[in-house]
Amino acid sequence: MTFEPKILGFLCNWCSYAGADLAGVSRIQYPPNLRVIRVMCSGRVDPSFVADAFVHGIDGVLVLGCHLGDCHYLTGNYEAEIKMNALSKLLKLVNFSNRMRLDWVSASEGNRFAQIVSEFTNHIQKLGPSPIHEKKKNTEINDNLEAVKNVLEDSRLRGLIARQRELVTDGNVYGEKISAERFESLIDEVIQNEFIRHKIIVKIRKKGKSIPIIANEIGVKASEVLEHIVVLRSRGLVDVDEINEEIPTFISIMGG
Amino acid sequence: MRKIADKDIRIGVFVCHCGTNIGGVLDVPSLAEYAKTLPHVTYSADNLYTCSEVGLTEIKKNIKEQELNRVIVASCSPRTHEPLFRAICEEAGLNPYLFEMVNIRDQDSWVHMKEPEKGMEKAKDLIRMSVHKAALLEPLERIKVSVTQSAIVLGGGISGITAALNLANQGFEVSLIEKEPELGGLLKSLNKVFPSNEEASKLLDSIKLVESHEKIKVYKSCIIEKVDGFIGNYKVSVKQNNKLDEIEAGVIIIATGATPLNPDGYYGYNGKNIISQLDLESLLKNNTVDANNITMILCVGCRNKERTYCSSICCMSAIKNAMLIMEKNPDAHITILFQDIQAPGTVYENYYRKSREMGVLFIKYLSEKPPVIKKNVVKVYSDLLNQEIEIPQDLVVLSTPLVANEDSVLLAKMLKVPLEENNFFLEAHVKLRPVDFATDGVYVCGSAHWPADIAESTSQANAAASRASRILWKDTLEVEGSTAEVIEELCIGCEACIKICPYKAISKDETTDTARVNRVICKGCGLCGASCPKNAIIIHHFTGDQIRAEILTYGGEV
Repeated sequence: MTFEPKILGFLCNWCSYAGADLAGVSRIQYPPNLRVIRVMCSGRVDPSFVADAFVHGIDGVLVLGCHLGDCHYLTGNYEAEIKMNALSKLLKLVNFSNRMRLDWVSASEGNRFAQIVSEFTNHIQKLGPSPIHEKKKNTEINDNLEAVKNVLEDSRLRGLIARQRELVTDGNVYGEKISAERFESLIDEVIQNEFIRHKIIVKIRKKGKSIPIIANEIGVKASEVLEHIVVLRSRGLVDVDEINEEIPTFISIMGG
Repeated sequence: MRKIADKDIRIGVFVCHCGTNIGGVLDVPSLAEYAKTLPHVTYSADNLYTCSEVGLTEIKKNIKEQELNRVIVASCSPRTHEPLFRAICEEAGLNPYLFEMVNIRDQDSWVHMKEPEKGMEKAKDLIRMSVHKAALLEPLERIKVSVTQSAIVLGGGISGITAALNLANQGFEVSLIEKEPELGGLLKSLNKVFPSNEEASKLLDSIKLVESHEKIKVYKSCIIEKVDGFIGNYKVSVKQNNKLDEIEAGVIIIATGATPLNPDGYYGYNGKNIISQLDLESLLKNNTVDANNITMILCVGCRNKERTYCSSICCMSAIKNAMLIMEKNPDAHITILFQDIQAPGTVYENYYRKSREMGVLFIKYLSEKPPVIKKNVVKVYSDLLNQEIEIPQDLVVLSTPLVANEDSVLLAKMLKVPLEENNFFLEAHVKLRPVDFATDGVYVCGSAHWPADIAESTSQANAAASRASRILWKDTLEVEGSTAEVIEELCIGCEACIKICPYKAISKDETTDTARVNRVICKGCGLCGASCPKNAIIIHHFTGDQIRAEILTYGGEV
């Protein structure tokens, strides 16, 4: 039996959802794998929704909005682009970025909508089922996706994404701006660090672990883990669990 | 509103055959049966046409008999039919926001005609997702706000005059605010206008109509101090002769025009034998043009690095003045040095041709090799001839562009509307909403938006007035219930949402130091909610919980 991927699409009400309706009115046939969630604007799609979808076993996610410059809400699709760009960087770390696509479909592009759905469905079919479904339950992927989801819900990355336009295009209250390249490297850095930090939290969620053990489990140098633990302690997310033979173990105290 | 306890949720699902449109592909009765197996679904049925009188009566009947408090219709697109079904729910006493729609026609039976089994699977998934979302729906209120049925027009030039008269003649009170001591704007300094060559003063006859109109109150020498409020409810503080006043209005039209660039420093401008096109207008008005060899230079101070744009009106006004001189003095030699001639449309193009027939000479110059003014001659390099030409001159006329008013930046801030890079006001959409802003209730016309000639200014002014009257004809505005709301306890006052909101609907509550959404302005797009670092914003009707319910229902447990 061929693999029938589960594909989820977030469609904006004004353009892409209308384009999907037009594909119907024009009776353009496309693969039946897509399930649509209608949102008013592609900018409504919280990157953590996409992570949720992957955590819950969806094989591919489409986010479709109005063409740039045509947003019903003026700048919503630019915001969507900024968010999905950051999301894609984060998903790259866990090998999921090729399971997500952001694209634009206008209300008059029924054909284009059907074509994007067909292409994406074929692409995911070739890619195979999400690794989260692998028979020999691979907990590493679950941990990775959980860490991704937590990074996306954390105010650090969210705050930076939310301010991209202000920092790069509009300038802050003093009219100061930073270059797009500088912002990219800043966001790369935050994504890298926050991902490792949330990965650490996931690993010590239930049981206290020593730094060498954590380092081994997540494949990061012990010295780096220590640095992250220090940050996480200062945020009140991690604390010392116990000290055995002068070696401390750390445990997550997230959510009190 | 009261929240319904989980156990009291009663969902009714109505699955539509849409004749054979859905019923011909999908097994509609079995979809209705399937719906019965889903949580909270207490009633389900299939209808031949749910949107027919019979189908709608069925929904209303069952809301009452089955005590349904959520209704789902699985049929066509919410883009076409949601308003109808919502209205039916409302008629039966159910809050319209407790309605959900599943698209199993446009996005299922019509596009999977050859794969009905897979189409069925999809329909079941979509209905299941919708049921889980519906369980989390909340009743929302559409709020009503009153409208002050009067307008403020900023600027008493030809645009402002036209807009004010348009609205006043419809019966609305208009406050026309002009910063200068007299109405008329730039038109006051003009002699005749193209392409009709009418006296500009004739067009200004409408000033009398404005000043004597019982519905128009004119404020001269008056400046704006402060703008408060929102669509339907603006309060504008103005200062006139050091006296403060507050004007209330439902809408504001920006018709503040633009300023001719001061030609000082360009080509040795001296106002005597090197003058501006505006200076020439007053010479023509007084019939004191005393020159035979006249050279006009276009694009002075624009289409350069500093000001890249074309001021759009200068070609035509130069051509007009050249012809007016030639009419009086057929022996005059007039040369127009241009970069490109902008004479769009049949009328302007004919006007331009006529000037050439009359003997006006046109020579193209390159911006990198601008003309040089010497004593009695202008030297210009002609690309066409590949050589420098000397043109005798006893008068040089410079066409400078219209530039944005200096106070436009301040005004834009007060009105919370955007400017483009040259500080002209930027409309909501260049083609679809040319006189609107994203901010509802504020409109723009004339040269405040972009250098415009009189025909453009008046048509834009009438457009702005007609857009404004759409608001003014109602005494109340009904506002969508599905808007954003800030959860005060979670908000850290970072202001990210304030910057992101395209409608400036969010502001800081200084007492609590948290963000607050003005529901009247909010359009419910959800940008703020998806961006809030602290997840402190609820997007009603598209809440995180509701969307996650759909995601998790489709994905399932792994």
